[in-house]
Amino acid sequence: MTDIGEAFAAAFSLVYHLDRDLGEIVLLSLQVSVGAVAVASVIGLPLGAAVALFRFPGRGAIVVVLNALMGLPPVVVGLVVYLVLSRAGPLGVLGLLFTPTAMVIAQVFLVTPIIAALARQVIEDMWSEYEEQLRSLGATPRRALGALLWDGRVSLLTAVLAGFGRAIAEVGAVMIVGGNIDHVTRVMTTAIALEVSKGDLALALGLGIVLVALSIAVSAAVALLRGTLAQAQAR
Amino acid sequence: MTTPSILPLELRAVSFERDRQRLLKSLSVRIAEGPRTIIIGPNGAGKSLLLRLCHGLIAPSEGEVLWHGAQGRDPLRFQAMVMQRPVMLRRSVAANIDFALSLHRIPRPQRRRLIAEALERTGLGAFARVPARVLSFGEQQRLALARTWALRPQVLFLDEPTANLDPAATHVIEDAILAMAREGTKIIMTTHDLGQARRLADEVMFLHRGRLLEHAEAAAFFAGPENELARAFLRGELLWWERRELTPPGTRV
Repeated sequence: MTDIGEAFAAAFSLVYHLDRDLGEIVLLSLQVSVGAVAVASVIGLPLGAAVALFRFPGRGAIVVVLNALMGLPPVVVGLVVYLVLSRAGPLGVLGLLFTPTAMVIAQVFLVTPIIAALARQVIEDMWSEYEEQLRSLGATPRRALGALLWDGRVSLLTAVLAGFGRAIAEVGAVMIVGGNIDHVTRVMTTAIALEVSKGDLALALGLGIVLVALSIAVSAAVALLRGTLAQAQAR
Repeated sequence: MTTPSILPLELRAVSFERDRQRLLKSLSVRIAEGPRTIIIGPNGAGKSLLLRLCHGLIAPSEGEVLWHGAQGRDPLRFQAMVMQRPVMLRRSVAANIDFALSLHRIPRPQRRRLIAEALERTGLGAFARVPARVLSFGEQQRLALARTWALRPQVLFLDEPTANLDPAATHVIEDAILAMAREGTKIIMTTHDLGQARRLADEVMFLHRGRLLEHAEAAAFFAGPENELARAFLRGELLWWERRELTPPGTRV
């Protein structure tokens, strides 16, 4: 039990003293995960909407695969990206392994299916309501897609937030492709894993508390944004 | 408007089936430029289906829908439709019209004038900046009409545009429809409100159980329809799906 008390003390002291290392780790965590979510949104939202709108052979299979990929194991993704980016790998010449860029790439693979699968569901539900109206107005598939993405913005924000939750909490992929190098690729989750393996459970839990607080802060910010968007629509 | 009309519209032996039910049965009709065509009939007669078929939103199971004046042009570009429950985009009233205009590739400078005019004609001028989904049902119906008005369609389909509206809102909608007709838009509209049919119709199509039973000039139709069922409908009798008393035993309508 004392560990938990110490953990809160550690967390409090980390934040209170504005620990510089902690600041650096938090910042990198946010940079990597926000970057990955941004890229994944640009790919995943139109992808999900396209799967929702278009009827083509193999569509059912794509929906199943997309839904299944939401549960992609991070270590496996990390391993594959590692192999591709390693010296001997096909993209080894880029020298990206053990850089934040590599971590972003790995997380993009984890987050894109989540955003795409959730976006597909949202857009598909909307499409049943909008289809005849948009076709009557003469919308091309591309314009229909754009209109649906914009009209679904409030719901889609939740899909993006789910993707962010996955990215910020994930340790397996960033550990493998980032390497948890101090001041270079150490993020919240890898730092926690390290402190656990060193046996400093209190510090590890303290970092964990900071991480959870961070997630809540991001979620609150999104809720605020949603509120503003919803109000702008409903006023 | 100097562009030639896509009318007349001809349906050739059009049938529509869904889940093995024949909802429209071998329907042939020619709809010409000019008169306001009102399609009447009880619920389930296939009025909405017929409109959506003509508009091209659904394809017939059999038969053809032909726009004889289209001359290779895409007929959909010259039509618009006001749905029974129109879908408003989650943006402002003006932006909803702007979106429709942009789909028709109308250059931005012209849009502003068209939007203002359409809002003015439907009495929505004060609502331009209001989010469309906040409008009342009647106001949304007016916006749907404004949205089609701005497009200046040659043919306007309306699917029970005043269902569930109070008399005042109905009056505004009917006035707008008449104004559009005066400006040369062909009106093809469904209603199950006989009073409305009398007010708006130049010609009437009477539909029952997926069949076109009568297609006549409004004056003649309301004076006395030839079809027995149409007469019953005008008298205000309820037309059941099975109206056995009108058919000899053992046969089906």
